[in-house]
Amino acid sequence: MAAAMSETSGHLVEVKHLSVEFHTRNGVVPAVRDVSWHIDRGETLAILGESGSGKSVSSSALMGLIDIPPGRITSGEVLYCGEDLLKATPERQREINGSRIAMVFQDTLAALNPVYPIGWQVAETFRTHGVARAEANAKALELLERVGLPNAAARFRDYPHQFSGGQRQRIMIAMAIALNPDLLIADEPTTALDVTVQARILGLLKELQRERGMGLLMITHDLGIVAGMADRVVIMNAGRIVEAGTVKQVFESPQHPYTRSLLDAIPGRHGFPDIAERAAPAEPLLRVEELTKEYVTPAGLFRPARPPVRALGGVSFTLAQGETLGIVGESGSGKSTLVRTLIGLEEATSGDAFFRGRSLIDPTAETRDLAQRQIQMVFQDPTASLNPRMSVFEIVSEPWAIHRDALPRAQWEQRVGDLLEEVGLKREHAGRHPHQFSGGQRQRIAIARALALKPDIIICDEAVSSLDVSVQAQVIALLKALKDEFGLSYLFIAHDLPVVRSFADRVLVMHKGMIVEQGPTREIFENPQHDYTRELLNADPLLSHHAA
Amino acid sequence: MNGYVTKRMLHSLISMMGLIILVFFLSRLTGNPSDLYLPIDTPADVRAAFSQAHGFDDPMIVQFGHFLANLVHLDFGSSMRLERPALNLVLEAFPVSLTLAVLAMALALVIAIVAGSLAARSPNGVLDRFINVISLCGASVPNFWLALVSVLVFAVWMRWLPTSGMGGPEYWVLPVIVLAVRPCGLLAQVVRGSMISALSSAYVKTARAKGVSQRVIVFVHALRNAMLPIITVAGDQASGMINGAVVVEVIFGLPGIGRLMMESIQYRDFAVIQAGVILTACAIFLLNIAIDLAYALLDPRIKHA
Repeated sequence: MAAAMSETSGHLVEVKHLSVEFHTRNGVVPAVRDVSWHIDRGETLAILGESGSGKSVSSSALMGLIDIPPGRITSGEVLYCGEDLLKATPERQREINGSRIAMVFQDTLAALNPVYPIGWQVAETFRTHGVARAEANAKALELLERVGLPNAAARFRDYPHQFSGGQRQRIMIAMAIALNPDLLIADEPTTALDVTVQARILGLLKELQRERGMGLLMITHDLGIVAGMADRVVIMNAGRIVEAGTVKQVFESPQHPYTRSLLDAIPGRHGFPDIAERAAPAEPLLRVEELTKEYVTPAGLFRPARPPVRALGGVSFTLAQGETLGIVGESGSGKSTLVRTLIGLEEATSGDAFFRGRSLIDPTAETRDLAQRQIQMVFQDPTASLNPRMSVFEIVSEPWAIHRDALPRAQWEQRVGDLLEEVGLKREHAGRHPHQFSGGQRQRIAIARALALKPDIIICDEAVSSLDVSVQAQVIALLKALKDEFGLSYLFIAHDLPVVRSFADRVLVMHKGMIVEQGPTREIFENPQHDYTRELLNADPLLSHHAA
Repeated sequence: MNGYVTKRMLHSLISMMGLIILVFFLSRLTGNPSDLYLPIDTPADVRAAFSQAHGFDDPMIVQFGHFLANLVHLDFGSSMRLERPALNLVLEAFPVSLTLAVLAMALALVIAIVAGSLAARSPNGVLDRFINVISLCGASVPNFWLALVSVLVFAVWMRWLPTSGMGGPEYWVLPVIVLAVRPCGLLAQVVRGSMISALSSAYVKTARAKGVSQRVIVFVHALRNAMLPIITVAGDQASGMINGAVVVEVIFGLPGIGRLMMESIQYRDFAVIQAGVILTACAIFLLNIAIDLAYALLDPRIKHA
């Protein structure tokens, strides 16, 4: 032990030349190769990478969370205060986990055990490391109050599903900081959260770090978080570290081409495009008037009717030919209800919407047929929205199978090939199935399907949210090109403000089912009028970083 | 929760009405009892008198009315075959089937949960493969064959256990084991699959990051989450057993509900059939309510508004 100590340079945690591979059915896949980094007390290090870059692997190795097999650590050391944890016994690793090194995970609904009360789960960290039950419960409650869980005492026995995403992340954080660890690892802690909630959680992490002097390791794909939180950054691509340095160095003079491409993909990196305002035509393509949707729970056998829930409260706007309208808002703001009502998946309670002057809310058979051809959707998760058992040809040609008169059968093959080329795929991809493509390629397939009937309007419901930042930039570029080529109009729903800023002509901001503000993109972003809009803009790490 | 139970009771009552109607009319489709109880050369007028005495001459709807009226004060009528109240016959047979079912199910559950959890700890390991093969054999072996072979081996050759009949605890050993084998094999498979997915979940990773021991992870964190599918399958198997394990009861000579029902159907003993079906249905409704309550207890996400 003494010998080991003397070899080290005294970092809190140091990863040296770590290589890990995974043995899968398709052969050996290297997860990380020759990865080295270190972190000290009180410091924030960010490991930045896209999905599949191996950014989480070294911290998993640190906590002994790599499953062996299929994983295999082929070389390297993982030192905690000089002690190589790769050689530690399982008992020693359990002693360190949760007490000296702790971790906060991404998907809190899955990462908290659904069948135990949250108080029990926070107290478990104490109990596991030898604190008696009653004391553990008292300390857990204290912690939950510290991390700002509202009404903590009364909600001690509630279950994870009864909390919001932000509250669950606070519970996870309480669980992790319980024993004052030296190092807190946060693995994509805010990915699933709304931007204002994200800002509060990141603030809490910073605050706790200052209070307790722990090292903070942020694993993320979000450049904004790196810019706003970290002292130093390690950038990973395909299992290797491509660049490391202080955040300032890396952001201002990136050395590696991958880092440069990543930074270039940030929307608004080279300023936002100036969007010329144009005179609205007499009859807009889409006109929405006072659209309202209430959800009613009727009386049950033993239960009175509940008061109706207003998901959409009198929404009015227009969409002109060739225009991109960004719809911004957090979860629960009514964005998806608006879309579902427009395309007829939900029945409106009152109000109306007109496509080329015909009502979509009470459509004639003819209008419904027209709307189904001319208004198309691209959904958030291409893995879920493409039928895994259908080939790309079947997926893209399905609209013609439904609308029989759209295209004669003989031309389908030719046209599917054309569409695939149009969205940047290859003709021969038609015979493959969705699982053979990457996330970005799948979203291209979804776009090809949406284009099949030559629509006027494409509704993109968080269509780029699940994509890595460089892929996101490519898909946005594709949407822009298609818009110019076919004169498309977009309803572009997103919670990512920089993306909206770089893409939309006009923006409307939704909050609690109402439109709180709408106007040209530039005006909304540079001179927001409503408090909520301002809060939203300030919460975005990238936008507020640019402003600073 | 009370509101939920009341609601379930009401639903059950509606299903019960449907069942009563079905049983009454279906059993009358199996043939006229006078053909069966009276000698083949019975003169027609004697047959008519027999039918009239037992009310078989009345229109079906009138017979059904009488039946319902009696049902209200739990009078199911008398067995024509044994000339005793049908309800008593059923109530005597029921405890035998119930004991058999409870013992067999408990045995199956304990073995399946232990074996399945062990198998899930290292999927595709030696132990997993061994348990997998054994449980598949258990789930596929036919009851009647296993019952006959076990009687032959343990009762006839070894003389360790009695061949059949009722008596001390030793009379229950073979029937319970034979009855438990199939559900046990099936359940072990379910436990294994369910535990493998629970053990690879994110909350288990969280627990490991907290330093929780392997034992607590398996039996506290994973098992409770894995219980829902196990209970579903176990409940399904258990209701099959309450129905009467006909094969096992007949081979081991146990006077359970399955054997009683089979004989009553052969003799068109309507009163006993009706009493048996309705009582079994009550037991199964109760079982299902118990399963639903167990769901709600195990998983707080299931709320019965």
